[in-house]
Amino acid sequence: MNQLVALIAGLLFGAGLAIGGMTQPEKVLGFLDLAGRWDPSLAFVMGGGLLVAFPAFAIAARRSRPLFDVKFQIPTRRDIDKRLLIGALLFGAGWGLAGYCPGPAIAALSALHPGTLIFCAALIAGMWLQRKLAP
Amino acid sequence: MDVVVDVHSWLLSLIGGLLIGLAATVLLLGSGRIAGISGIAGGLLFERGGDRGWRALFVVGLIAGAGLVALIKPGLAAAAPSVGVPWLIGAGLLVGFGTRLGSGCTSGHGICGISRMSPRSLIATATFMVAGFVTVYVVRHLLGDAP
Repeated sequence: MNQLVALIAGLLFGAGLAIGGMTQPEKVLGFLDLAGRWDPSLAFVMGGGLLVAFPAFAIAARRSRPLFDVKFQIPTRRDIDKRLLIGALLFGAGWGLAGYCPGPAIAALSALHPGTLIFCAALIAGMWLQRKLAP
Repeated sequence: MDVVVDVHSWLLSLIGGLLIGLAATVLLLGSGRIAGISGIAGGLLFERGGDRGWRALFVVGLIAGAGLVALIKPGLAAAAPSVGVPWLIGAGLLVGFGTRLGSGCTSGHGICGISRMSPRSLIATATFMVAGFVTVYVVRHLLGDAP
């Protein structure tokens, strides 16, 4: 059942990214370009996501377990450490260079653009390097 | 500041965002998992154990979902990246390394983390947003030409 849930969630997520404009890197860069012609669209993606997810997490907090599994697996850490800050800085810099964060880049594989394949190969290499250098 | 006013685009983005929120809701209330793409992809690639199956299916769905939208509405098909190969490689390495070091990306920290009011995710989201703004500013306005 967890596999069916994941497939449905993935389909919804991929469709949402495509409809929301996240799989168009130039549009994402237009959102990040505050000093240029700023395209605020992606703020609506974020807003729409929070609008639904916020109450969902409130519901989850009041339930003892999810519908099809034995327990919620939700992070519990609350400390702000160097890894979090440096990781977010590096991620944001990469996001600003190409206009891809992980979800849209993977969803965009559906269009088979060579540039997307190159980005995703480098994404995997970056994840691998993190495991080797800063596990 | 010069703002692009395009209500149609905003509406599509809002609908897309609602779907993403729904996806996170399905995974959370159905399976108890966080819809964080960097965590799901990293776990699928580098971790052994029982979580590989659902992670693989989520990724299949992610690609198929975007592909189905493109089939129905070709105008919404994923566009090719606008920057050259060296930039794509550098950006991919930074995004892969950074999201794993920082335990999340736009989905895990930005949507799920903020929704559960996690202080770590609030700080991480503010940090990668500002880093993204600054990077685009440097590349487009200080270095002068978009790569």
